[in-house]
Amino acid sequence: MNAVTRYLKSLLLLELGQGLAVTLRYFFRPKFTIHYPEEKTPKSNRFRGLHALRRYPNGEERCIACKLCEAVCPALAITIDSTQREDGTRRTTRYDIDLFKCIYCGFCEESCPVDSIVETGILEYHFENRGEHIMTKEKLLAIGDRYEESIAEKRRQDAAYR
Amino acid sequence: MPETWLDHLIYMVILLLKIIAVVVPLILAVAYYTYMERKVIGYMQVRRGPNRIGPLGLFQPFADVFKLLLKEIVMPENANKFLFVLAPVLSMAPAFAAWVVVPFNDWMVIADIDAGLLYILAMSSLGVYGLIIAGWASNSKYAFLGALRSSAQMVSYEIAMGFALIGVLIMAGSLNLSEIVRAQQGGLLDWFWFPLLPLFVIYVISGVAETNRAPFDVAEGESEIVAGFHVEYAGAAFAVFFLAEYANMILISALTAILFTGGWLSPFEGIPVIGDTILGQGSIFWFLAKTVFFMYLFLWWRATFPRYRYDQIMRLGWKVLVPITMVWVLVAACFSVFGLVVRGS
Repeated sequence: MNAVTRYLKSLLLLELGQGLAVTLRYFFRPKFTIHYPEEKTPKSNRFRGLHALRRYPNGEERCIACKLCEAVCPALAITIDSTQREDGTRRTTRYDIDLFKCIYCGFCEESCPVDSIVETGILEYHFENRGEHIMTKEKLLAIGDRYEESIAEKRRQDAAYR
Repeated sequence: MPETWLDHLIYMVILLLKIIAVVVPLILAVAYYTYMERKVIGYMQVRRGPNRIGPLGLFQPFADVFKLLLKEIVMPENANKFLFVLAPVLSMAPAFAAWVVVPFNDWMVIADIDAGLLYILAMSSLGVYGLIIAGWASNSKYAFLGALRSSAQMVSYEIAMGFALIGVLIMAGSLNLSEIVRAQQGGLLDWFWFPLLPLFVIYVISGVAETNRAPFDVAEGESEIVAGFHVEYAGAAFAVFFLAEYANMILISALTAILFTGGWLSPFEGIPVIGDTILGQGSIFWFLAKTVFFMYLFLWWRATFPRYRYDQIMRLGWKVLVPITMVWVLVAACFSVFGLVVRGS
């Protein structure tokens, strides 16, 4: 009996019909796809993207060359040289981040005592030439100047949890 | 009646124009069939399919064509050069030539010949040579395996397909495709799909197998033998194979529409109110609508079913489809002899 019903089932293509019904149902489902450049998925305020160096409102750079970020960086992506400036403060002469080595863990940001090195929410960037993946101090400061508003906003939203 | 060279010339030109009027829309249909395939399968996988080139991605097929045409044709070192070039042509030519006897409506057919169905069978059988020659001439084991598989498969399913067509012949009493359609006059239930339901189903299944489409696409078998018979083909030569495959699918869809679902006849024929309006008239519109429906089935199945194993294909073809068709040919003969189903017109 069992064999007969099974035979009839396969002969009448019942299970294939069920499969077709599933695909037809999905045919009319709303699609998951996001039209990427026009539409974007929401991003957390803790998103770790491209790095930036920040300044104080008076224009003075925050970084004091304590080298904590260099020490904590698990990928050894950060290289810092420092010197004493005329006014006696310790400042960096070189602050390089190798974006090919960087794993975007955010430890540098967490280790920074003065909130100088930060990771912005920027995730769309590219390089066109060799060597451009080394983010120099000038480039990092420029990014910080340009996106200070969004960086500050990210920090404000996360302030309660820091 | 004076027959001058001018008459011959005019006759030739008119014939050529007719052929162009069929082939150009056919090539366009192939182009947009690939687009439809990607869209339909995308939708069934809850994606959107191509939508970047032109509005709704409608220029995608042209982008693909230009990309393929601009690519280099690589000739394998030890390939048989002549056959290697001949194979794509051999697979495409029958797929296009078969359209000559396809009636689009009551009068629109290039050659209204009485052996139309026989001609179609001959043409669709020729298609397998392109495949075998391509697989053999490439001098590659994957291509050769694909060719072996597909030749065995196409030969097996041609038998089931032939038997299904015999059922149609018994019911229609003619090999002329236009006559076959006229024999189905009378409305939805007078079309041959109803009295010949098993044959209809088997014809569509073996049609899918004939065109080497999923779930019978062992000839390509991406996961096992890379791309089967056309691994070694690139650029324009590959495009021709692609064209042939899709033209064949469209041809099988059109034939299913003609042989089993009444070609250009309207499904509303004989129904009181709608049947009297323009919808009740047979027209090319109904023929195209039915063809597109069967074309959609091809894609739907591809999105649904996993590939058959080779021995399962052979078992299905020989042990299931062929016996059923044989029995139903007898049944159809009884219908015809005892007049259980009255032919239209």
